Amino acid sequence: MDFNLSEEHLGVQKMVREFTQKEIAPVIKEYDRKQEMPSFILPRMAELGILGINIPVRYGGQGFDYITLGLVCEELEAMDSTLRVIMSVHMGLNSMAILQWGTEEQKQKFLVPQAKGEKVACFGLTEPGVGTDVAGMSSTAKKDGDDWVLNGEKMWISLATKADHALVVMLTNPDAKDSHDRLTAFIVEMDSKGVTTGDIHGKLGVRAGSTGWIAFQDVRVPDANRLGEEGEGFRIAMSCLDNGRYTVGAGATGLIRASLDASVNYAHQREAFGREIGKFQLVQQKIAYMVQSYEMARLLYLRAGWMKNQGVRNTRETSIAKWFATDASFQAASEAIQVHGAYGYSDEYDVERYLRNSKGAVIYEGTSEVHQLMQAGYALGYRKDGPLRKELPAYDAEFWQEEK
Amino acid sequence: MKIVVRIKLVPDTAAKVVVEDGQVTWGDAPLVINPWDEFAVEAALQLTEQHGGEVIALSVGEESSREALKHALAMGCNEAILVSDYVIDPDTQRTAKVLAAAVEKIGDVDLVIFGKQSIDGDNAVTGTQTARNLGWPSLTLVSAVPALDVDAKTIRIERAVEEGRQVVDGVLPAVLSIVKDYGEPRYPSFIGIRKASKAEIPVWSLEDLGIELPNVVVSWSEIMNPPQREVTNEIVQGDSVEETAAALADKLFAEKVL
Amino acid sequence: MANKIWVCIDQFKGEALVTSWEAVGTGRKLADEVGAGLTALVFGEGVENIANTAIHYGADEVLLADDPTLADFRPEPYAALLAKLAEDGSPDVILFPTTTRGRELAGMASVDLNTGVLPDVIELDVQGDKVTAIRPVYAGKLLARTECSSKPQLVTLRVRAFGMPELNESRTGTVTKVDALMAEDEIVTKVVEYATVGAGVSLTDASIIVSGGRGTSNRPQLIPPDEITDEKEQEIWRAQQGFKLIGELASLLGAAVGASRAAVDANYIPYSAQVGQTGKVVAPDLYIACGISGAIQHQAGMRTSKVIVAINKDPDAPIFKLARYGVVGDLHDIVPALTEALEDRLSY
Repeated sequence: MDFNLSEEHLGVQKMVREFTQKEIAPVIKEYDRKQEMPSFILPRMAELGILGINIPVRYGGQGFDYITLGLVCEELEAMDSTLRVIMSVHMGLNSMAILQWGTEEQKQKFLVPQAKGEKVACFGLTEPGVGTDVAGMSSTAKKDGDDWVLNGEKMWISLATKADHALVVMLTNPDAKDSHDRLTAFIVEMDSKGVTTGDIHGKLGVRAGSTGWIAFQDVRVPDANRLGEEGEGFRIAMSCLDNGRYTVGAGATGLIRASLDASVNYAHQREAFGREIGKFQLVQQKIAYMVQSYEMARLLYLRAGWMKNQGVRNTRETSIAKWFATDASFQAASEAIQVHGAYGYSDEYDVERYLRNSKGAVIYEGTSEVHQLMQAGYALGYRKDGPLRKELPAYDAEFWQEEK
Repeated sequence: MKIVVRIKLVPDTAAKVVVEDGQVTWGDAPLVINPWDEFAVEAALQLTEQHGGEVIALSVGEESSREALKHALAMGCNEAILVSDYVIDPDTQRTAKVLAAAVEKIGDVDLVIFGKQSIDGDNAVTGTQTARNLGWPSLTLVSAVPALDVDAKTIRIERAVEEGRQVVDGVLPAVLSIVKDYGEPRYPSFIGIRKASKAEIPVWSLEDLGIELPNVVVSWSEIMNPPQREVTNEIVQGDSVEETAAALADKLFAEKVL
Repeated sequence: MANKIWVCIDQFKGEALVTSWEAVGTGRKLADEVGAGLTALVFGEGVENIANTAIHYGADEVLLADDPTLADFRPEPYAALLAKLAEDGSPDVILFPTTTRGRELAGMASVDLNTGVLPDVIELDVQGDKVTAIRPVYAGKLLARTECSSKPQLVTLRVRAFGMPELNESRTGTVTKVDALMAEDEIVTKVVEYATVGAGVSLTDASIIVSGGRGTSNRPQLIPPDEITDEKEQEIWRAQQGFKLIGELASLLGAAVGASRAAVDANYIPYSAQVGQTGKVVAPDLYIACGISGAIQHQAGMRTSKVIVAINKDPDAPIFKLARYGVVGDLHDIVPALTEALEDRLSY
C-alpha cells in the first residue's frame, strides 16, 4: 500500500490551486452575489486543460489518472463549488461516460472536442417530477426511421445554458417488463432544432454556477448519437453517477478543507478575553472535528479513485465517499460559521457561502438517504453490483499518455 | 538562441520566517521557486517563442533545489541542470563564480536571465556579478525586450529605474535581470508537469565545472529576529466620520510625522 | 592622514540624489571614529558642482571624473574606473547609496576588485579598518549581521536609513580630476532613450505614503457611468474613485501613493505602486494603509514605517495589529474627511 501522491499529482494540485487563488478568489464573492457565472471560467479552464484532465491524450485530454481528477475537484471546490460542478457534469457525468460506453466514432466526434474544452458538456437525467425514481421518467425518445425524436423536459441541469453537448436519458420502451430496460441514453447537440434552455435563479447555493432546464420539442437525434444499446440507459445513467459522485465527494472534501483553513486562520486572528480564540477548547473541538472529517473524506475518495485506476467496480466505495464527504462538508461549513461568530454570518467572510454551497451536494447525485439505503443494502446482502457490458477502462499510463 | 535562467529555491513568501536557537526556520511552510525567478522564466520562454531557441534552468544549491527546477521545467523550460555540491551562502560573489563557470560549461549561451532578486538574501547583485565574471554586459531591472537579433548579436531592453523608464542597447551574450512589469508568469502546463515529473536532472559538481570552491568573503556572523516593535494599538473613534477624522488628524500632528 | 573611506555619489542628469548625502554623512562619521579621511567619488558629465557639495557635506577630498562617456550611468565604464581608482588608492571601505545604480556599480566593481558586497544595510559599525553591517534579509522578516573579509569592503546603504548630514558651505577640501578609463567605442551598452514616468513622489524616497488595497473598490453604492457595462471594468472604476481620494490626501501631504499586491493584481493601479515582498520595501515616517488587510507579504514591505495608520472596514484585519492608530470604517468616508481635517490644520 502506498499513500504517497506522485510528483504529477502534486504538480497538478499546485497548479490548479494557483489558478483558483489567482483568478477566482478575487471575483467569486461578487459573482455569487449577482447569481451569475463568470464568463471567463469555462474558456479559461479549457485553455488550461482542466476540462480534459483525465481523458487520454489521444482523445484530446491531458492523460492523467482518475486520482488526479479527484485532486482537481478538491482544489476547485476548496475555492468555490461552482468550479467543481463544472467538472462533475462535463467530465464525471458526460465525458467519462463517452469514454466508457462510446463507440470510436462517438469518441472522435464528441469526446475529443469536450476533452480539449472546445465543447462543453452537460448531463440530463432529473425531471421536474422525477429525481431519485429515475425509471419513472416521462421524457421520451421515439424511433423514426434512422432518427430518434425527443420530447420532454429535464430540470436541475448544471450548465444547461452553457453546454454544447448533453448526455440525456429518455424513456424509449415504457412497456418493458423490467423497468430498468425502459431507458436509452443519447448525446444531443444543444443547437439542434427544438432544444430550449433556461437558468434557474434563487438557489440557496452555487450561485455563481449555472443550473437550469432543457426542454425538448420534437428534437431529432440520429441513431449514431445513441450511447450504448437500446434499453441500456438506466445502467449507463448509474455508471455515470459512479463518476459524478466521485467528483462530488472529492469536491466536498475540498469544501471541508476550506472551512477548516478559514476557521484556523480566524481562530489565530480573532481575540476574545485577551487571548486568540484558538486557545479556547470548544473552538479547538470544532477544528478537531473538521480535521477528522477532512482526513476521512480524503481517504475515502482517494480509495475510490484508486479503484477506478485499477478498473475495479467501485459503486459501493464511491457512494460512501460521496455520502460521508457531503454530509461532513455541510457540518464543517456550519461549524466554521460558528467559529467566525457574527462575521461568519455575513458575506464579508467566505464561510457563509461554503454553507450555502454545501447543501446542494447532500441532495443531488443520490441524496444522503439514498446512500444510506445503498450502504445498508450492501451490508445486508440485498444489493450486489453485477458486471456491466462495458466497464470504465482502468488507467493505463502508456495508453493514456500516448499521442496515438 | 540558448537562454539560461537562474533558479533558486526559497521559503514561500507567506512563510513566517524566524530565528530559533540561532537557526533560520520557516515552520512547515513549503520551499518554492523564488517568485522573481518565475518572471525570469516567463521572459525566457517568451523570448524563445519569439526568436526560437531553448531555455535551460540552472540552479546552484542543495538537492532540494530540484523542486524549483521542476517548476521551471513544468512552466516550459527545455532542460534543467543542478550544481549541487555547493551550498548557497550569503556570499553572492562565490555563487556568481559558480554560476559563471556553469554557464561556460553549458556553452554557446546567448542570454543568462535572473529574477530581480531572491527573496531570502535580498542581495540583487548576483546577476551583475555573474555578468562581470563572464565578461558580459549586465542589463538589470528589465521590463521589456523590444528588439533582439540573435545573428547580429544585439539586444534592446527597457528597464525600470528610479527616475522612470530607460531604453538601453547592448550586445549578446548578456546577463539580464527581470522585473514584474515584464509580464505575469504562466502556470505550469499539465503536459509540462508530466514532463517535469519524468525529467532526469543532471547534477554537476564543481569538479565537473573545473573550478575550486571559491573563498568565502562575505559572511553572516549572526542572524536575528528584528527587535519587537512595541506598537500600542489605538482605535480612533468619534461620534461621526468628521469627528473621527479630526481626532486622527490631531494625533498625527502630535506624532510630528507630517 | 590616509584617505581610507570612500563614498560613491549617485547622480542623475547632473543632480546628486539626496540619498548620496546620507552616504557622505555616514562616511564622515565612520572616518571620524577611526581617524580616517573621507573621499567622495563623483562620476558624470558636468558634475563639478556636485564635487563641491560633497565637500560641504563632509568629504575631505573628491575624485572627479567629468567625461561624456560617464554622462549616463552604465555599469561597465563606471565599475572599471572605480576599480582602477580603488586599486591605486586602496580604500578600506567604499560606501554607495542603495539605488539601482549604486547596487549595480558595487556588484560589478566587487568582481574587478575580487571582494564582496554588503548590500542595502541599515546599520554600520566600524572598528579599525573593519566594518560590520546589519541588513534586513528575508524581506525584512530577519536581520543579518554581516561582514566582508577582503578589501575594499563594498557597502550599499539603504535609502533613508541613515540621517542627513548638515550642509556646511564653509568646509573646504581638494578636488582631484581623474580621467575616464574606457573610450566610448569600448563600451558595449548605449543608453538610447529615457522617459520619466509620472511626476509624483517616488515611493522609496517618500517620507509619507498613503496606500490603497482591495478595499478601494469595496463601495457598492458607487454607481459607475452607464457606458461601463463590464463587471470587472465597473470594479476598477470603483477602485479608481477610492484611489482618487487616496491621491488627494497624498498630494496634500506631499506623499507618495502605494498599493497592496491585491490592488495591483486586480489592475486597480500599476505595479510600480506595489508595496510588499514582491514590490517595494519602504520605511516612511508615516504610512497610511487604506482598505489593506495586511497580508504578511504586504507587512514585509512596510512594517518598519515609523507610524502606521490603518483604515479598514474589517476590525479583525491583521493590519490593525501593526498600526499605531486604527480607524474601523470605509476608506471612502474616512479618507476624504481626514483630508479635510488635515487641510484645516495645515492651513494655519
